[in-house]
Amino acid sequence: MTSKYLSKNARISTLKMVHKAKASHVASALSIIDILAVLYSEVMNIDPDEPFLVDRDRFILSKGHACAGVYAVLAELGFIQKESLTTYGEDFSILMNHISHKVPGVEFSTGSLGHGLPFGVGKALAATRLQKSWLTFVLLSDGELQEGSNWEALMFAAHHKLDNLVVIVDNNNLQSLTTVEETVNIQSLKEKVLAFGWEVRDVDGHNHEQVKANLSQIPWQTDKPSLLIANTIKGKGVSFMENRVEWHYRSPTDEQLKLALWELEQKDA
Amino acid sequence: MRNAFIDELVVLARSNPQIALIVGDLGWSVVEPFADEFPDRFLNAGVAEQNMTSMAAGMASEGYHVFTYSIANFPTFRCAEQIRNDVDYHKLPVTVVAVGGGVAYGNLGYSHHAVQDYALMRSLPNMLIASPGDPMEVRACLRYLVSNPQPSYLRLGKAGEPQYHNEVPVISPGEWVILDKGQSSNTFLTTGATLQLAMEAKQKLRDYCDHGVASLPLWGMRYKSMISEMVGGFERVHILEDHFQDGGFGSWVVEGLMSQPELVQRISANHLSRDVYDIVAKSDTLWKRGLSNL
Repeated sequence: MTSKYLSKNARISTLKMVHKAKASHVASALSIIDILAVLYSEVMNIDPDEPFLVDRDRFILSKGHACAGVYAVLAELGFIQKESLTTYGEDFSILMNHISHKVPGVEFSTGSLGHGLPFGVGKALAATRLQKSWLTFVLLSDGELQEGSNWEALMFAAHHKLDNLVVIVDNNNLQSLTTVEETVNIQSLKEKVLAFGWEVRDVDGHNHEQVKANLSQIPWQTDKPSLLIANTIKGKGVSFMENRVEWHYRSPTDEQLKLALWELEQKDA
Repeated sequence: MRNAFIDELVVLARSNPQIALIVGDLGWSVVEPFADEFPDRFLNAGVAEQNMTSMAAGMASEGYHVFTYSIANFPTFRCAEQIRNDVDYHKLPVTVVAVGGGVAYGNLGYSHHAVQDYALMRSLPNMLIASPGDPMEVRACLRYLVSNPQPSYLRLGKAGEPQYHNEVPVISPGEWVILDKGQSSNTFLTTGATLQLAMEAKQKLRDYCDHGVASLPLWGMRYKSMISEMVGGFERVHILEDHFQDGGFGSWVVEGLMSQPELVQRISANHLSRDVYDIVAKSDTLWKRGLSNL
């Protein structure tokens, strides 16, 4: 399955799930779907038939509220049944509205920001000490970098030369109430993380070729962890959701869903 | 207690390659035997308890049984959500170790007094609290935890606590360890370092000389239902704890007896009084003042 095909289908599933569940965070999920599609189809060593394959690469979604995108990708790849997506957020479903480790293929539950990277550091450190060759990928939001625990982990990972650890920042410049810039500015992120001793690159987070080219050659520098700033558009793929802060919370109406799906269908896979 | 902790952990780590120790830049002249013998399984996380705890969970998810070690509130309250979400919710084998339980750090002040830690830990559904009463119980707790890896909290005193057991007792969650049967159907029930206080009260105070002494080193939310059977064997159970009453050990006991009011009547208790937070004093002074009316 190509990453483009995967991302198109995952966007469609995400919209349907969020609409049916009347849930929030649709724009947060649309923001990361291209990154997820590239990771899951082109980069990571994973096997849907063996979600806990010993040598699999580990992926942690630290911005757990964007879980609909991950569930949609996992369903496309066969980790979970596509039909199960309709239970998203329903009573007794495993598909909780923040990412849940009870779902096959999910390593770690999050929902409170600032937990994924320190946890990933523990995994990467374990791999180093146990001489394992798998990689740990952690996807953070940009607003999440306001949490201090991330900076503890950034410092520690560089100090311990964890070059098997990759952080991807979903840099869409929107958080809960307004832009990141207006809330508590995290820029200049690249210079900050470089100063912490990481190797840092930035790409268009919706350009599959660019994302793949960078994530397929880890480490970028021996003895240094890698951080990819993925410049993204929150709500990507649905014109009336793109770059609109209200879609952090809003759930599409029937009409809006129809329009959004129509827009997505017009795009090439 | 902390010396018994490191001695026992070193012994257990020799036959268990999954044991790892992470310190939060504390443990001078305590943790070196482990660090020297197992450099690949020792880490100093620096002064960063949130990262230390989540990282421990990450390592535990890859097969390690990780012990995080620091003083009083630093490995607990400072990173309470990391313990709640990353360790307890995921049922990962991380043992949070705090030295300086209660007011053991005395005149270092309120920042160093662990007097609300039970309240935090016993509110977590998968957490096993290990609160040993003497160095032998420290070893017993460690042996239990290493044989049964799970989210856990080991509360230690400092150093130099008297030893009451002649050998390492075999212990199990929710089960009282009887140190002295006494000459009546009244007993002290302690958890942690207040075992010493019960032993001393029995010697020094006439009102309590006939009391038995029991210690409960392993407890937590899952074991509340075992209390009534234990309490039912006594006419009076007097609890001693170096913790505030609110959310403490005595409160846990009484909650376990809620459906049997006749058993609640048998409970009396001494807790740390509220005002210890605002006093500068050595630990002995704080302990006596805090546990007054005994």
